[in-house]
Amino acid sequence: MREASLDRLKAFLTLLPSMILIGIFVYGFIGNTIWTSMTDWGGTGALAVEPEKNFIGLQNYVDLFTGFLGGGFRQDLVNAVYYSVMLLAGAIGLGMFIAILLDQKPKGEDFLRTVFLYPMSLSFIVSGTIWRWLLAPQGGVNVLPTYLGMEPLNFEWLSSTAAILEFNWQNLFAIMLYVVAFILIMTGLFVLKGDPQRAMKRWLGPGVVIGAATWMFGGLLPEALFMEETHGFNMATLGIIMATIWQYSGYTMALYLAGFNGISQDLRDAAMLDGASEVGYYRHVAIPMLKPITISAVIILSHISLKMFDLIFAMTGPDNAETGHPALNMYLTTFRANDFAVGAAIAIVLFLVAATFIVPYLVSQYRQRRRG
Amino acid sequence: MKRSITLGSVLLYSTLAVLALFFLMPAYMAAVTALKMPGDISLPTAWELPVTFNWASFSQAIDLLKPNFVNSLILTLCATAGSTVLGSLNGYVFSKWKFYGSEVVFTLFLFGMFIPYQVILIPLFQTLRAMDLYGGLPGLILAHVVYGLPITSLIFRNFYSQIPTALIESARLDGAGFFSIYLRIVFPLSIPGFVVTSLWQFTQIWNEFLWGICLTRHADNPITVGLAQLAGGQAVSWNLPMAGSIMAAVPVLAIYIFLGRYFIRGLLAGSVKE
Repeated sequence: MREASLDRLKAFLTLLPSMILIGIFVYGFIGNTIWTSMTDWGGTGALAVEPEKNFIGLQNYVDLFTGFLGGGFRQDLVNAVYYSVMLLAGAIGLGMFIAILLDQKPKGEDFLRTVFLYPMSLSFIVSGTIWRWLLAPQGGVNVLPTYLGMEPLNFEWLSSTAAILEFNWQNLFAIMLYVVAFILIMTGLFVLKGDPQRAMKRWLGPGVVIGAATWMFGGLLPEALFMEETHGFNMATLGIIMATIWQYSGYTMALYLAGFNGISQDLRDAAMLDGASEVGYYRHVAIPMLKPITISAVIILSHISLKMFDLIFAMTGPDNAETGHPALNMYLTTFRANDFAVGAAIAIVLFLVAATFIVPYLVSQYRQRRRG
Repeated sequence: MKRSITLGSVLLYSTLAVLALFFLMPAYMAAVTALKMPGDISLPTAWELPVTFNWASFSQAIDLLKPNFVNSLILTLCATAGSTVLGSLNGYVFSKWKFYGSEVVFTLFLFGMFIPYQVILIPLFQTLRAMDLYGGLPGLILAHVVYGLPITSLIFRNFYSQIPTALIESARLDGAGFFSIYLRIVFPLSIPGFVVTSLWQFTQIWNEFLWGICLTRHADNPITVGLAQLAGGQAVSWNLPMAGSIMAAVPVLAIYIFLGRYFIRGLLAGSVKE
């Protein structure tokens, strides 16, 4: 018995260095960044040996969201939202589509799988460098139609200044309430089938009330800025989105293909016997069964889209505002402009967005492990 | 089973062919451009095959990027070895020596995998500077080992949970302790786990850019930073960055093509599937 407890101690001591390292490098550092984001270092603070730091509370955040100089950050944030949504839809949609095609067991399946997945092994710097050349104006992708006897495209992939879906940042508070209402209603629709009463009470009802109230009385809300400032989806970002989908749809394909292979042939035969068509099998049997895979893909791709830095850096360089992203802005603010405090605030905004979906995910994984 | 040509199979194969062309397009473009003479590169003819093959782009790119390539090799091998060995020991504890609260600790580990690294970048930079590790490879290796721990511990934990606990228990009855069980039973069984984890870590560390550019001085830049600088300047012609891209991609592409099975397993393990 004594030896067994000695072994337990050895096991704990083996884990201890990693626990300390993770404790400091993950949790300690996050705390440190939160603290840094609430200070003011003055203009050249980071360059001084002993910078004078003043605690200023949430001022950096208020400046980023409503301050005069935060316009670039706000546009980057809007870009990031559109970028994440389009990347998720594109990479999951295309990946699932290719997985279904390969699930038909065509000849040369192994070769095709290799072709679809190889971009995943490349560095974002490598793919960014190549895609920048592919998206050059008057070249690359734009001249492809001429080989089919059509006119060349003249789209400015990475430098277009056109924007769609614009909105006025002045209405920040109203927009936030609409987003809350939208999320509540979507969650409500999601639980509606399982537990209609709870869905109505907890999600749909409040969602509709908040949405309607904002629509009717939105004018009474305070304005975030003293002047109009419009942000929208920058068309220049399309090139970045295309390159990311190229690189990551192979990954979702691999996930779904592994999932499809895990479904037993018996189940498929049974579905076919019950009169399911090929489309019906995937829609009503296979894809719903792979919900955990879809959730992992959403988590991983959202994480990637939030930290997206290398690809944009390689494709448009640090100086192109049209394709900006908070992750790139954080690097420039911190290491080019030497403003560590504001850089830390941008990092914390990214972190909070990431935490809102990662924490529930990890908690549910933890509960599953406890049960299983 | 004989397959006849149906409308469905024609549709299937033509869709797959179009998709395959889309996925191969950048690789083709990189190869063709790297092989052209600088004077032959122009936007309207970018897709055409080179008139004369110019292998000099590759030797030029090798000259320029060789120091970065060597840095990346040292960095990747050291950091991969460190994070895999530690991850293996952690996975052994997390799967076979669970203690009260070990699941919570494991979940707290996993969180480190999902944070955007911007959030720890500033203190990491300051800590390395305070430790006199800023600018060189040792600091970068330390960072990669620490932030590699969540994923390597996860992969090994899932791998070791397939080893029957009865095997461990019978070894304990025979008098084997914590380390001798690891060395004599678990470690010899975990070669495939080491292959999967090392390949995953190798590609991740080789491809990393953010820390490379923020934490190293010019002489110690890894290859991704070297390539970004090569391609980022107002390059006179595109053959050099394309040759550099191919050079930076070769080690990971080789792993992917020759050891693809293990690469994909690492990929699936990284998605927290259990």
